[in-house]
Amino acid sequence: MSRLLLEGISRVFEKEGGQSTQALDNVSLDIKAKEFVCFIGPSGCGKTTLLRAIAGLDTPDSGKITLDNEHITVPDPRRGMVFQEYSLFPWRTVMHNITFGLEMQGMGKKEVIEIADKYLKLVGLEQFKNSYPYELSGGMRQRVAIARALANEPKVLLMDEPFGALDAQTRNILQQELLQIWEKKGVTILFVTHSVDEAVYLADRIVVMSARPGKIKEVINVDLLRPRDRTSHEVNTLRERLLNMLAEARDQ
Amino acid sequence: MEGLPLHGIGGNMNINLVEAIRKNGLEILSISAVIVIWQLFADLVVNNKLLLPSFTDVLFSFFKIIQNGTLFTDLSISLLHFGLGILSAVFIGIPIGVAMGWFKSVNRATDPLIEIVRPIPPLAWIPFAIVWFGLTHVSAGFVIFIGAVFPIIINTVEGFKSVPRVYVEAAKVLGCMKDRELIRYVALPSSLPSIAAGIRIAMGVGWMCLVAAEMFGVSTNGLGYKIWWHYYLHQMDFVLVYMLILGFLGLLIDKIFRWYVDGKLLKWREGVVV
Repeated sequence: MSRLLLEGISRVFEKEGGQSTQALDNVSLDIKAKEFVCFIGPSGCGKTTLLRAIAGLDTPDSGKITLDNEHITVPDPRRGMVFQEYSLFPWRTVMHNITFGLEMQGMGKKEVIEIADKYLKLVGLEQFKNSYPYELSGGMRQRVAIARALANEPKVLLMDEPFGALDAQTRNILQQELLQIWEKKGVTILFVTHSVDEAVYLADRIVVMSARPGKIKEVINVDLLRPRDRTSHEVNTLRERLLNMLAEARDQ
Repeated sequence: MEGLPLHGIGGNMNINLVEAIRKNGLEILSISAVIVIWQLFADLVVNNKLLLPSFTDVLFSFFKIIQNGTLFTDLSISLLHFGLGILSAVFIGIPIGVAMGWFKSVNRATDPLIEIVRPIPPLAWIPFAIVWFGLTHVSAGFVIFIGAVFPIIINTVEGFKSVPRVYVEAAKVLGCMKDRELIRYVALPSSLPSIAAGIRIAMGVGWMCLVAAEMFGVSTNGLGYKIWWHYYLHQMDFVLVYMLILGFLGLLIDKIFRWYVDGKLLKWREGVVV
């Protein structure tokens, strides 16, 4: 079923000189299986910290994160992650980037290649399988990063502004593709973004956060049918509502 | 029938030669000019084989050491010294660098020691090399090892410290959790360019140490030793031959290393794809 439960997550970062920042303050959230949740908020609202905690890359000071009642403390291939920066291993070809996680599980060579081929096809990069990352465009690199994360068959896919560095058009295309992949694979996606447009286009639920301390300001259910028209009246209304909310969150 | 393809090859070779001259004309011209000036200067102005052997003197000496085979003995002995020193520096330096670069406590414990020992010139170790290993190949190899090991350690540590954090985190999320695996599958390949640069520097330093170690009598054979030996015999043309051989060999080793590393190991790096 893969239910992801966040209960009272708090995280304080100590800075040099005794200062400290409260990155997360008592954040709780219940995420259903196969849900697509977007996190949006001003910078410093702790959305990336939250995602890293769910990945197991960062440990909250208090609170509990559970996936199917299992306490999360360390990274685990059941929770895949796509980073904002280009995180592909530059010394590995596209194919071997995708096989990395499977190799780590100790899977046999033949099986690994078969699975990797499947995911290469899913992101439409079969003809680039022997290329090195530097030979790919930014959009292609993030496609490979998605394929690499999915190859481990995670229950939850964590995405930290994965399309942030891409141009607007590539971004739109990748958003469409991501939705198709999400529908096909039935994976839960937690997606951090700066872009209201992106959140409105993608999410089942949008979690609006406010900064200092990082808190959940509001959770908005988006029940618009997919594929969504980026310029329809409902989408525009929602976008306006979100923008106002973000402006408030910034002013606080 | 047989003449035709031969003619074709000859024609191609001519074209290649012309092409080569057109491309590298200035380089060829400058080297030729220096050789001509050297020859004339040595023959007409200095006219003293001890002070300055001419180009042709050197050439004849070169043929002589090829003919009587001493060159090949010296060459193989020197390469043995060099290989012993560099290989041991690689096999000891990289693991030390890895441990220092990955584990903070190891770095804190070893860094001061290394910083104290490192500034000692490798040649200052020659007396100890002789006392410990005698006049053996190992002794020469040891001096080269001292010169070569520090650049390798330092570049390995640097490489490890500059592994982008996102690679390590991506690997962790993909199920690569243990230190050993992270080092092997992420940190090591990521720092390979830095380690390779360290080995290159090490080979340069090692080559200098080789000549000096052999000159100071750590061995009774080898290219460096022969320079000193011929100097005692006042055969400066042979001295110059061995000097030039050392230079060319150093260049060749560096070229082969770069060809292998850049072309094979690091072909994933932007801009160096062959």
